[in-house]
Amino acid sequence: MDFDWMKVPYALLTLFIVFNFGLLQTALIQKIAARVGRRHGIPVWQNYIDLIKNYGQRSSITHGVMFYLGPVFRLSGGVGLLLFVPSLYGSEMFSNFSFAGDLILALYFVFFGTLGMALGAGESGHPHAAIGVSRGLAQVTAAELPFALAVFSVALQYQTLSVTEIVAAQQGGFLNWTVFTNPLAVTAAMLSFLGSMMRPPFDVVLAPQEIPIGPPTEYHSSYLALMQTNRAIFPVAKIVIYMNLFFGGATIWPEFFLKVFCIYLWSAFVGVVFPRFRVEQSIRWFLIWAVPIGVLSILIL
Amino acid sequence: MKPELMKRMVKGPDGLEFEVEPLRDYYCEAAPTVMPGAYIKIVEDLFNWARSESIWILGFGTGCGAIEMRPLMTPRFDAYRYGVQWRPTPRQANLFIISGYLSVKTLKRAIRSYEQMQSPKYVIGLGSCTINGGMYWDSYNTIKRLDDYLPVDLYIAGCMPRPEALLAGFEDLKKIIRAGKGEGANQYAANFDWYKANQKKVIHDWDMPDYNW
Ligand code: SF4
Repeated sequence: MDFDWMKVPYALLTLFIVFNFGLLQTALIQKIAARVGRRHGIPVWQNYIDLIKNYGQRSSITHGVMFYLGPVFRLSGGVGLLLFVPSLYGSEMFSNFSFAGDLILALYFVFFGTLGMALGAGESGHPHAAIGVSRGLAQVTAAELPFALAVFSVALQYQTLSVTEIVAAQQGGFLNWTVFTNPLAVTAAMLSFLGSMMRPPFDVVLAPQEIPIGPPTEYHSSYLALMQTNRAIFPVAKIVIYMNLFFGGATIWPEFFLKVFCIYLWSAFVGVVFPRFRVEQSIRWFLIWAVPIGVLSILIL
Repeated sequence: MKPELMKRMVKGPDGLEFEVEPLRDYYCEAAPTVMPGAYIKIVEDLFNWARSESIWILGFGTGCGAIEMRPLMTPRFDAYRYGVQWRPTPRQANLFIISGYLSVKTLKRAIRSYEQMQSPKYVIGLGSCTINGGMYWDSYNTIKRLDDYLPVDLYIAGCMPRPEALLAGFEDLKKIIRAGKGEGANQYAANFDWYKANQKKVIHDWDMPDYNW
C-alpha cells in the first residue's frame, strides 16, 4: 500500500489550526457564560497565557509511570480523534488520515482519553481523584450509549462506516443533512453531547466545590499544560464528528468554524440555564430520555 | 505523635500482614532545592510575564479576610478580568493568600499547602494580622509575623482591606513578578532551616516530616 507522505504536514497544519481555534473558542464560551452572570470574564487570550505559564513552571513531581501517561493518553485520544476524521469534506489538504470504517475507530478514540485519565488519576493516589474518576466513567459511559445508538442508526441509514461517505451523502442543500433525514438519531446524539462536554448540568465530575477538582486534582505544571492542550483540541475533534455525521460536514474553514462554534454553543447554552445534576441523576436522565430516542431511531429505519 | 502516624503492622482484607510507616509512605521527604530560572533571559522574561498575567489563587481562607476574597469572583469586582483565577488544589495554584490572623493550628495546614504548591509560588499577607499580629497581637494561639514562617512577597495592609485593595495588590504583585523578584520559593529553599526552626518553635505537636509535598 502506498502512503502519501504529504498527508503528514497537512495533518499537522490541521492540528495547528484546530489547536488555536480550540483555545480561543473555549475562552470565548467561558466569556459568554461569564456574561450571563453579568461578569466580564477572562480575556479571550487567557488560555494561551495559562498554557505558557504551566509549561514554564519550574518544579513538577510525579507519582509513577501511569501518572505520566495519563495526560499523554488523553492528548493522544484528542489528537487521534482529530486526525482520523476528515475536517473539511472534499479537500485534499484537510481530509487527514480518514479511511473506510474510520467511524468505529473514532468511537474508540472518544473513550480512549477518559480511560487514560482514569489510570493516571488513579495512580496519583488522591481520594478526590478516585471519586472524580469513578463518577466520570459512570457518567461518560451512560452518555456514550445514546451516541453509539445514534451512530449505528446513521451507519444503517447510509449503509457505510466511513465518515467521508456519510458526509458525501449529505451534500447538496441542507435538507440532506442527517438532522432532517434522521432527526431522532440526531436528538439522541445531541443529548449525549451534553454529557461529554463537562459543562453544567453534567459537570459533577470536576465539581470544584466538593471534590476539588476531581480527576486532575494532583496534576500540575507541564502535566496540567498537556491536559489543557487536550482541552482545546478534544472538544473540537469531537464536534467535528458530530458535524460530519449530522450537520453535513464543512467544505471550507469559515463554515467549519461556524458550525463547530454553534454546536459547542448548544452545550454552553444548556449549561448556563440548568443547575448541576448529581451522578445518579444524570445517569438516570440519559437512560430515560436519551437512550429510548436512540433505540427508536434505529427501529424506525 | 498521634498513634495513627506510628509505624505499625496492618492486616489487609486478604489476610496478608504488612508494615505501614505513614510518615515515609505518604510523604516525599526530599527537601526543596533552589531552582534557577531558564538560562536565556528572554525566555525567563516571557515566563515571568505569563506568570504575572495568569495568577492562580489557592482557595484557602484563614482569618476574617477570607470574606473579602469572595466578592472578587462576583460581577461587581470580577478579578477574572485581570487573569486572576481560583484553583481548589494547591498543586495547581501559584498564589497563596493568607487572609488574616493565622492560628497555630491553621499554620500547620498552611505550611503543608504551601509546600505542595509548585515553584515559583507567591504569598500575599492580607490584613494587619499578618504583618504584626494586628488586633490579635497578644493572643496566645495566633502567630504575629507571617514572614517568619513563610516567605511573603507582598502585604496588603488594613483591617480589613476592601476588595479594591486586593485588586490593587494583585497589580503590584504583577509588577514584582514581571521584574523577576517573585522568588519566594527559592528564598524558602535557601533559608529552609531558619523557616523550619521558626515553625517548630510555635507548632508543638509537629507530626509530619520536615518537608511534605
Ligand atoms: S486584619 Fe482585621 S480583618 Fe483581617 S484577620 Fe486581622 S482582625 Fe480580621
